[in-house]
Amino acid sequence: MTENELIWRLAGGSGDGIDSTSQNFAKVLMRSGLHVFTHRHYPSRIRGGHTYAEIRSKATPVRSRGDGYNFLLALGDSFARSPDEEAYYGNEEVKPLVENLDDLRDGGIIVYDEGLIDIDDVDSVLETSLEALAAEHDWHVYPLDLRDIATEHGREVMRNTAGVGATAALISLDLDPIEALMSDSMGGDALEANLTILQAAYDQVRDEHEIDHDVVLPEGTHEEVPVLLSGSHGVAYGALDAGCRFISGYPMTPWTEVFTILSQHLPEYGGVSEQVEDEIAAAGMAIGASHAGVKAMSGSSGGGFALMSELLGTAEMTETPVVFVEAMRGGPSTGMPTKPEQGDLDHVLYSSQGDSNRIVFAPGTIEECYEQTRRAFELAYEYQLPAIVVIDQKLSGEYRTVPDSVFTESAPDPDPGTVLTEEEIEDAAHHASGSYLRFQYDADDGVVPRTLPGQKGGRFLTTGNEHNPAGHISEDPENRRRQVDRRRAKQEAIRETLDETGTHQTRYGTEDARYGILVWGSQQSTVFEAVDRLNETDYSVSALGVSEMMPFPESDVADFLESVEEAVVVEMNSGGQFRGLVQRELGAYGDRLYSLLKYDGNPFEPAEVVDGVRAVITDDPSVAPPTTRLEPTKATNSR
Amino acid sequence: MSAFNAIGADQEVDTDAFTPGVEPRATWCPGCGDFAVLKTLKQAMVERGKNPDEVLLVTGIGCSGKLSSYFESYGFHSIHGRSLPVARAATLANPDLEVVAAGGDGDGYGIGGNHFTHTARENHDMTYIVFNNEIFGLTKGQTSPTSPKGHKSKTQPSGSAKNPIRPLEWGLNAGATYIARTAAVNPRQATEILVEAMDHDGFAHVDFLTQCPTWNKDAKQYVPYIDVQDSEDFEFDVHDRDDAAQMMREADTRLHEGEILTGRFFVEEGRPSYSEEKRQTGQMPDDPIVEQYFDENAEWKPSSDLLDRHR
Ligand SMILES: Cc1ncc(C[n+]2csc(CCOP(=O)(O)OP(=O)(O)O)c2C)c(N)n1
Ligand code: SF4
Repeated sequence: MTENELIWRLAGGSGDGIDSTSQNFAKVLMRSGLHVFTHRHYPSRIRGGHTYAEIRSKATPVRSRGDGYNFLLALGDSFARSPDEEAYYGNEEVKPLVENLDDLRDGGIIVYDEGLIDIDDVDSVLETSLEALAAEHDWHVYPLDLRDIATEHGREVMRNTAGVGATAALISLDLDPIEALMSDSMGGDALEANLTILQAAYDQVRDEHEIDHDVVLPEGTHEEVPVLLSGSHGVAYGALDAGCRFISGYPMTPWTEVFTILSQHLPEYGGVSEQVEDEIAAAGMAIGASHAGVKAMSGSSGGGFALMSELLGTAEMTETPVVFVEAMRGGPSTGMPTKPEQGDLDHVLYSSQGDSNRIVFAPGTIEECYEQTRRAFELAYEYQLPAIVVIDQKLSGEYRTVPDSVFTESAPDPDPGTVLTEEEIEDAAHHASGSYLRFQYDADDGVVPRTLPGQKGGRFLTTGNEHNPAGHISEDPENRRRQVDRRRAKQEAIRETLDETGTHQTRYGTEDARYGILVWGSQQSTVFEAVDRLNETDYSVSALGVSEMMPFPESDVADFLESVEEAVVVEMNSGGQFRGLVQRELGAYGDRLYSLLKYDGNPFEPAEVVDGVRAVITDDPSVAPPTTRLEPTKATNSR
Repeated sequence: MSAFNAIGADQEVDTDAFTPGVEPRATWCPGCGDFAVLKTLKQAMVERGKNPDEVLLVTGIGCSGKLSSYFESYGFHSIHGRSLPVARAATLANPDLEVVAAGGDGDGYGIGGNHFTHTARENHDMTYIVFNNEIFGLTKGQTSPTSPKGHKSKTQPSGSAKNPIRPLEWGLNAGATYIARTAAVNPRQATEILVEAMDHDGFAHVDFLTQCPTWNKDAKQYVPYIDVQDSEDFEFDVHDRDDAAQMMREADTRLHEGEILTGRFFVEEGRPSYSEEKRQTGQMPDDPIVEQYFDENAEWKPSSDLLDRHR
């Protein structure tokens, strides 16, 4: 069967150039008119260890990595060898081939590097020989000595290029766009060698192999000008266009990506980036920069964000606008550094002591990463409180084709929010001592405009202690109540602002669907793909991707739940944190909500959602229970 | 026109300008050394011709942290140990501000020790005053990182087994470019030192010995001090790192033997401050970052300028 998609998996050792090769290849596919989506699988180590990158490409927008794949390029793990060339560590070098066979679809292609992968070793590891397996699954196996081609014309590391040349020959992909991309990124001897290798591998496949498989490159053209980038770019560029000119951070996977992108560009944008001693300092510095008048951002991942929590409260109490990014990975503690999970929602919503007064967004796509980071800045600076953008390891690292209009549509936003000018300060209310009354009780929306250090007549004191209208520490009960109420009033005002600017939850699927799926964050597009498949069978399903966590979009979610009989909440954690939030906020629907949970370190694949939803929402015994590592739980009440 | 007119406005001010008009009354105990810091800081501001609107005072938590409540200026009373990150970011956002951070020895040398090390290392252009009363004041008299070995408190009933922190040497090793110790009992020297510290272009660390009559009755802060600059006994070059290190070692050691040496211990001139360094290496714009938001002619480059690499 000819498939309308190519899912190309490049497997090798960590440090073998899998990342750059796959990104370049994804770009080539994009330039050939296709939509692409990349998925990166890597162990938590720098060199050696089996790893792969996957690129799914289709003529229409790609929503997820898909189920399985149909083209394996197995490079062999060169780091499985000791420096004295031929000494191997066990069977490590064959892993890129043998460890990937489970997910390869019937009819798929295998290209492997004969130069590193010995077929006898492969067969000794496998229970059934590769040949037998290939016959059983109609796999088309093309052994090629990529290592030899690479060393003959250049250096061994250029095996990747040979692999790409072989791939092109096998799927009838023109070499032109590949060559163009190579010329963009290198020159001189390196370019010369790579071009030769590319062509040599291409020719060798064409000359020596009879091509008899059905996997072909889909044909497509883009309706809108595409760009290929990740969720981390979405967040970073959203921050830039929101007028963010200060970032402080401490590296922690996967937050590091956003931090790195902004660090590279902020100076040329007139801003500054600071890598500091720890996450506490990072959060404090973002607050300090913002207090002085600069739009500022900081962020981290689970454990680092935990360190920031006291300062998060300080930003709430001192009413300092600031944006934090929380890029989730598997937790608790150091957890799983390179694996995604959606387990930090409760942490992000309620960390730090006292009543939480913050904004929390959880974008579900790269487009939303950009837009919601912008919105986070807008609201944080308008309403003077911290906003948190929650993403995860999956969304932050996956590259996808996105229309460039997402980034070009609106101009950068230099508005510093509710700040008085010096002229306005003159007319504003002051304390008898001459200082500005920064925390007056009666303010529209709870927001009293800020003044900035250095502005004439604007001096005021702010403190992480409860304080009176003049900013001085106060434990007066009446003052306490009024200040808490005023700060709390912002939540309602923000909710209204969000409602006025239209719904930001994304509804997808059949209009009058019988069943619903609630999803948040990075699982959104996978679920949408599953919705399509369910609706193609006999199910009538609609999904709601929720991306506002605080203030919670009560009416959007309630309307959705009213419209369906039952709904499944899909998320990557074991406790059903989002379902808990929905029930807590809405105070109902407990008897209509089911959880579909996954927490093994891998995101959902569409088929898992399809199977899971079918098993959860029907009592039909003919529907097989999920075969994947899912734990549907049928809860009848709140958690 | 600048958006920050108060900055550099050379107006006549007196210490009253730095005194909050009506409230609050200082809640420090009678005889507390903190009063001296407040008083000398006001005096130093006057001598430098600053006005309250151009000063940002960031404090931590503790009796010392209350300084910002009793000092009229832009004030940020942050949380325990975290005054330095807040303050140093403000110097980057707006290098024209007069930024002063202050806190106690627990605040600065204990919970905030990591920030102290790194802020000094980076040589931010700011002044850091540590109220060193060798005790936790606000939480009622527990042992602090500067309490002498053997010091007994409710949390260390058999006496502390730890050697005290040696603040001066720590500041030097970390990279502070101005290091002095002064004491509440001598406001004249304290004022002079604070003026110098604020004038200094870089991170100025002032270990300010204060007495806590409530919890640290046998503190030696009452002992007459010796000014190392006035005394004939100490001949050392304050600009020489090795000399300074030796003097500091002596001062920190003698402090625990009951003899107090004060004065300037190290002054390094000519090393660019952190923001200057970042500007020189192109990591930061020449004009204060904050001003862009108020400049109608500022150019706001869109992120789409970066899209080429993604095509
Ligand atoms: C994170 C945190 N831990 C502990 C405290 C409680 N606390 C408040 S002040 C203080 C110590 C004060 O001692 P010091 O910094 O020496 O200042 P002093 O009161 O002596 O001026 C402590 C432990 C706190 N507010 N926050
Ligand atoms: S407890 Fe000590 S440090 Fe605090 S105000 Fe009283 S005397 Fe000063």
